[in-house]
Amino acid sequence: MSDAAQKPRSFQEIILALQGYWARQGCAVLQPYDMEVGAGTFHPATTLRSLGSQPWAAAYVQPSRRPTDGRYGENPNRLQHYYQYQVLIKPSPPNLQELYLGSLEAIGIDMALHDIRFVEDDWESPTLGAWGLGWEVWCDGMEVSQFTYFQQVGGHDCHPVSGELTYGLERLAMYVLGVDHVMDMPFNSPDAPIPLTYGDVFKQTEEEFARWNFDTANTDVLLDQFNEAETHCKFILEQPAEDPKTGKRIVMAHPAYDQCIKASHIFNLLDARGVISVTERQAYIGRVRALAKQCADAFVQTRAGGWTPEQDSAT
Amino acid sequence: MPDLLIELFSEEIPARMQKRAGEDLQKLVTNGLVDAGLTYGSAAVFTTPRRLTLALGDMLAASPRQVEERKGPKADAPEKAIEGFLRGAGLTRDQLEERDTPKGKILFAKIEKPGRPAAEIVAEVLEQTIRNFPWPKSMRWGAGNLKWVRPLHSILCIISDEAGAEVVPLTVDGITAGNTTRGHRFLAPDEIEVTGFEDYQAKLARASVVLDPASRADTIWHDATNVAFAAGLEVVEDAGLLAEVAGLVEYPVVLMGRIGKDFLGLPPEVLQTSMKEHQKFFSVRNPKSGQIERFITVANRTTADEGTTILAGNEKVLGARLSDAKFFWDNDLRTVTAEGGMETWVKALENVTFHNKLGTQAELIDRMATLSHELAPLVGADADEAEQAARVAKADLSSEMVYEFPELQGLMGSYYARKAGLSDAVADAAKDHYAPLGPSDDVPTAPVSIAVALAEKIDKLTGFWAIDEKPTGSKDPFALRRAALGVIRILVENDLNISGLSALQISYAALINSQLDADRANILVGDVDGTELWSRGSHVTLDDGETARRNDSEIAQAIEQGEIIFTDGSADHGSRIALPNEFASSVLSFIHDRLKVYLRDQGIRHDVIDACIAMEGSDDLTLLVKRARALSETLKTDDGENLIQGFKRANNILSQAEEADGVEYSFGADPKFAETDAEKDLFAALDKAEAKITPAMAAQDFSTAMAGMAELRGPIDAFFETVQVNADNPTVRRNRLNLLSRIRTICSAVADLTKLDG
Repeated sequence: MSDAAQKPRSFQEIILALQGYWARQGCAVLQPYDMEVGAGTFHPATTLRSLGSQPWAAAYVQPSRRPTDGRYGENPNRLQHYYQYQVLIKPSPPNLQELYLGSLEAIGIDMALHDIRFVEDDWESPTLGAWGLGWEVWCDGMEVSQFTYFQQVGGHDCHPVSGELTYGLERLAMYVLGVDHVMDMPFNSPDAPIPLTYGDVFKQTEEEFARWNFDTANTDVLLDQFNEAETHCKFILEQPAEDPKTGKRIVMAHPAYDQCIKASHIFNLLDARGVISVTERQAYIGRVRALAKQCADAFVQTRAGGWTPEQDSAT
Repeated sequence: MPDLLIELFSEEIPARMQKRAGEDLQKLVTNGLVDAGLTYGSAAVFTTPRRLTLALGDMLAASPRQVEERKGPKADAPEKAIEGFLRGAGLTRDQLEERDTPKGKILFAKIEKPGRPAAEIVAEVLEQTIRNFPWPKSMRWGAGNLKWVRPLHSILCIISDEAGAEVVPLTVDGITAGNTTRGHRFLAPDEIEVTGFEDYQAKLARASVVLDPASRADTIWHDATNVAFAAGLEVVEDAGLLAEVAGLVEYPVVLMGRIGKDFLGLPPEVLQTSMKEHQKFFSVRNPKSGQIERFITVANRTTADEGTTILAGNEKVLGARLSDAKFFWDNDLRTVTAEGGMETWVKALENVTFHNKLGTQAELIDRMATLSHELAPLVGADADEAEQAARVAKADLSSEMVYEFPELQGLMGSYYARKAGLSDAVADAAKDHYAPLGPSDDVPTAPVSIAVALAEKIDKLTGFWAIDEKPTGSKDPFALRRAALGVIRILVENDLNISGLSALQISYAALINSQLDADRANILVGDVDGTELWSRGSHVTLDDGETARRNDSEIAQAIEQGEIIFTDGSADHGSRIALPNEFASSVLSFIHDRLKVYLRDQGIRHDVIDACIAMEGSDDLTLLVKRARALSETLKTDDGENLIQGFKRANNILSQAEEADGVEYSFGADPKFAETDAEKDLFAALDKAEAKITPAMAAQDFSTAMAGMAELRGPIDAFFETVQVNADNPTVRRNRLNLLSRIRTICSAVADLTKLDG
């Protein structure tokens, strides 16, 4: 099988090319997480799986929402709902940069004609209590990916270190396909019996959500929901490790983390509504971070997070 | 003598860290080598995005043999002591030398340390250097434990001489040193074997790597100015950007691109900020119009199509960036030119919290408006215009452009204010009222800007003081030190006399009113004859919404203790709200502390400032600084310094006498009781000085006043040399003490000299 790519002609071909490429590099190709998230990093396959000692290699598409970025579908490349492609490999392999460049070739970027650059961009997610060092990758001045070596997640040191790649799919695809406006980008094959553009699929929703995000979302309801998610998350984590019904040790890191994701997204909505000031922002972010940390604490108490029964008997 | 070549080859090193990293590499390695006795002739260090390189010339092939002499015990010391000494030195008794000294026969040992080969020392030093490298931020990768700025891939470390090159045996966390490196990531990625620095630099050059950052920067600047010049344009200079871009490429290729016509109408600051911050582009300007018309980008490679694809890509990215900026600009203009203008944005700030204990941005603006209005006459501004300027100064925080580019706050406000048809003074105040942002930033000089800039900073100090968020140690999250320094610099550099206490009073009243209006203050404690009573002690305890009414006897007690503020219950409580003394002196002493730092940088001692702070009116910072400067200048003269000694002597004698006698000698010195010439001269000198000092003080001309005092030095010295103050005759004694009191009074006009050190 060769990675020498045929020039893709549609958005979905690029996604499929990435899926194929990372599958060939040995990643488990996962599916999107079924919740509203701001970025692919929030998928538990990244956030939680970057913790603990277990090796991991996963790749997936993640629909992501950034309410403040909505432009009613008018801006050529700003969207409040977009797709990220996410790769996480733990421990990070020594040739991760080369693997990454291979993926660009796989989607039809000719390495001999373009200017690819690794420009410092340290990643920090105050809401996840996470940080890492790395770059944004530029192709002819266009940021096409984030490349990060995770150092800490949920307040825990990452050991081994995960290498994380995040591709902004629309931007990357527009670049590869030579499209100037995201809404004009072919979604499926232009030769299909019913050819669809990105606009055919998403123009309607971008308009609706932009209006909702900026002007209509009920901030009182959102504030309540934020508080509920926070309370709920804490409640889940307060439960004893041993399930009274089955008698098994079941630490509910993931259900709690779902609530943390929810709180984070609601915070983003409140932010888009412009009701959070600079000083308040810090307080809200701190509250989400506190949840993320507790979820991380819980995850390392699970088998997937590297917990072993010996650990308990040792204490 | 051999040469040493070290290259640490990694994934891309952030541009901003490269220069320092090169310096650190050189320092750590050379220090380590020299400490171990390995000296060298020359050193050169180079950095690229992927490598730190150090080349040493004429290094010793081995450290020299060292002989250390160690002094031991006496020759007739107990056997045990000698044995211990031998053990420490690793010698036997017959290897020691006996030497006659004044203290008797002493044993000496000569310990020889053989030289060590350079490779051994280099290996140790380089490993230590790598493991302890002072990166501003470093990271682990994979499953390893080594920390580096980004994953470290290879170590090249060779010692070479005429005979050839030898790899230094060294392994750090699984990375073994060798004699190879790699060329440009894309243009020449293969492994290259090198035999020495010249070979290394030449082979890298062939492999599309320009090793020297200065030469990369030169190439970029030279090519950029050439291509701009050819188009009749000029590159906007930006040394920081140039250094950064030179750190992003190993093989710079300059390309000039166009900015879409639609975007040329954006303010130049928006174009420049967007291009520089986001794209690392240089702006290219039309020298005739001053307009920015094109950009320069620096690619890291050549291509078969001579950069056409790369440039097209960069133009497209810029187009997307700028269409965002234009979207914001157009939307913002629509808002400010519509009915309501910038007020629409101010209104929106009612929903934006400034601080949860200090209310919304809109409340902040109200306070700034009140304060600006009051301060305006004192700084030569029109009160209504200053108030209006304060009302719109922060309006741009609601604009879309500032949301996207926070660094353009204020500047955008001034553009929008002009578009909204407001006066230039009002528009400029939007831009200037944040200033000065740093110690080297200019202070505003236009009266309206000054009023608003002062109001912004004074309100900040008052507000955060009231809610007890003062800076502690290194923590100053609300930048209050900067605010205080800003107030100082604006007043002093504009030579403005303002009573700090009055300004604080106005600001404090505005704050309390704002807290009352927003129901954040719980200070209503009751009323007496229809006048509301407000507790001073709790008026800034803001979280508790409840009104703490007290019973009558509590009120009576509180009034007696001065804890009650009277208000007349009307909307404006201001006139009756008193500035608590403790609060005022706390804020003022914080400002005075910043003033000490400010003046220390100008060479004025802290005790000089203390001496001036002790004077009345020291809340007028400009006056205070004038006093301090005059005193400081005087102290630098011989007369000045001796005058202080004379003053202190006079003051000490006087104070002791006053304490012993239980009276204050302050009046009635009469020349007719003067017995000696020195005494008479002093009377005359004091009269003369007074005649000079009194009008100078009235004109706040402290230099002249101090000069007048300095002239007293001679007469005072002469007086103390010949006159016994505590004379037997009580009348003469009293007269002399009263004379000393005149010295004290006159010399205390400018500053409290007792506070001076020494």
